[in-house]
Amino acid sequence: MTWLFFQAVVSGLLLGGVYGLVASGLSLIFGVLRIINFAHGAVMMLAMYTSYWLFVLLGVDPYLSILVTAPLFFALGVVIQRVIIEPNRAAAEHNQLLLTLGVALFLENLALVLWQGDFRTLRVSYSGASFMVGDVLVEVPRLIAAGGAVLVGLGLWGFLRTTDVGKAIRALSEEPEGARLVGIDVARIRGVAFGIGSACVAVAGALITPFFYVAPDVGESFNIMAFVVVVLGGMGNFLGALAGGFIVGLAESLGAAFLPGSLKQLVVFGLFVIVLLFRPEGLFGVRRGR
Amino acid sequence: MAARLLGALAVVGLVGLPPLLPKYALEVLITILFFGYLGACWNILGGYGGQFSFGHAAFFGIGAYTSTLLLLHWGLSPWLGMVAGGGLACAFGLLAGYLSFRYGLRGPYFSLVTLAFAEMLRVVAVNWKAVGSSLGLVVPSRGSAPGMFVFAEKLPYYYVILTMALGAAWVTRAIERSRMGYALAAVRENEDAAEAAGVDALSTKLAAMAVSSFLTALGGTFYAQYFAYIDPSLTFGPAISIGGLLPAIVGGAGTVAGPLLGSFVLTPISELTRAVLRGRGGADIMLYGLVLILVISFLPNGLVGWLRSRRAPPGGAA
Repeated sequence: MTWLFFQAVVSGLLLGGVYGLVASGLSLIFGVLRIINFAHGAVMMLAMYTSYWLFVLLGVDPYLSILVTAPLFFALGVVIQRVIIEPNRAAAEHNQLLLTLGVALFLENLALVLWQGDFRTLRVSYSGASFMVGDVLVEVPRLIAAGGAVLVGLGLWGFLRTTDVGKAIRALSEEPEGARLVGIDVARIRGVAFGIGSACVAVAGALITPFFYVAPDVGESFNIMAFVVVVLGGMGNFLGALAGGFIVGLAESLGAAFLPGSLKQLVVFGLFVIVLLFRPEGLFGVRRGR
Repeated sequence: MAARLLGALAVVGLVGLPPLLPKYALEVLITILFFGYLGACWNILGGYGGQFSFGHAAFFGIGAYTSTLLLLHWGLSPWLGMVAGGGLACAFGLLAGYLSFRYGLRGPYFSLVTLAFAEMLRVVAVNWKAVGSSLGLVVPSRGSAPGMFVFAEKLPYYYVILTMALGAAWVTRAIERSRMGYALAAVRENEDAAEAAGVDALSTKLAAMAVSSFLTALGGTFYAQYFAYIDPSLTFGPAISIGGLLPAIVGGAGTVAGPLLGSFVLTPISELTRAVLRGRGGADIMLYGLVLILVISFLPNGLVGWLRSRRAPPGGAA
């Protein structure tokens, strides 16, 4: 029983790192645009397909594919924001949310049309690599994914703290009107934020392709997970999302170890509802939820 | 006046024409009315009250499962099971609504919590053997037994869903003209101001939730009887929540005719794409996504809002 517990903790933490990166991208977008991006998972799915095809057709290693997908999906994010969402900034909040839902439906089903619904898996030479720590099995690709995700997340956090663009993003998410008044090009920064958020999720997607299936609806579960993480970490709280990822990963993995069937999801959703109801500002937030 | 005449003509056509239609056209009409009905139910809370639920599948699934389980275990007619399902969904809606509204969840937070409630029910249904788990439930549907909500032909199903859709439109109209309708609109436009003006926002939203969830559940029973099969992802999945929300938004949220009009535009598009691009699953929903983006970008108040603004004199207050 203790073995099962420790194994679950390790698996949970490893997947949690990836959740954290996916969610911090979502959180960044929420912080700046004040909308929940329903297309986040669809962008991740598309990035996973890109990494997949780069490997299958050109033999590019999934980790190397990040050099292609990160800029590519940054650009896609900027385009989605500037072309579809920005012109509707004045519209009601829910209309903007529905726009992202429209993008999600479009992208997900585009993938279904192009590549059908089959589950595809990518076999790289190190897909099965693993080692033991005591009784606990650690799969190398999962370890790399979690480590890479945390590194990218922390790197981005540093970027947000130190660079001018990063500071503009933070200013915009804390005080939109003030940011505009001090001369920040808010429309451009919103585009950049959406781009960075999309690049985050593209990197996360590439990191998991060595051990995770690719399918048109693969992003959906990550999207819902990211909602949970973002709410847990506090909407718009970047580091909170990284930390929240580990909590959700742990909850899911412990639920899977000790509950039958797919009831593990109930643990995650239960956590979600409880946090939404009692602490909508997130576990680490101080700002009052709206 | 013209709108009223057009509406009356449409109703006459919907009642009189179908017996003359080929089977395929009748099926499409049933689908149109079905999603129009779901849209009308969603619209009461989402359109009039401005509370954007992303989890109406919860009520739909409760309706489908309640009537089907009562039928399978106790032989209870789905006509009665339908009401039981509505009651149960209404109770669940009031509970979920009370929790969400009591703790002040608004906007995207409310959308997320409703999504979570629906997903939780889906997970429970998937893992619960007594309700058929992920295999789902087959509804006995052979022969013809009108008392048991089973018909040999499509036509009676058509008239059932037509009655439901027109009934939902009638309820919407009645709410719109009532004190509750005004209170809902006030809450939607500015909740704090509405409260300050003496509107009890909590009970107003709960009343809308009660009506909306009850009616949505009836749609679930219709689905179970018409398709004779239900499973957790078909009934509790996000597709149903979105399927109700889309026609309402595209047609015009917060209007009586909006959801039905929206479905009359959306459903044929989807049916046509599916027929033309046979074997290319997903093309129809892809187009839905595109239509949603275009409608929100260019007709932010939906088709009904657009028609109204065209009739209003240019520059005048629409």
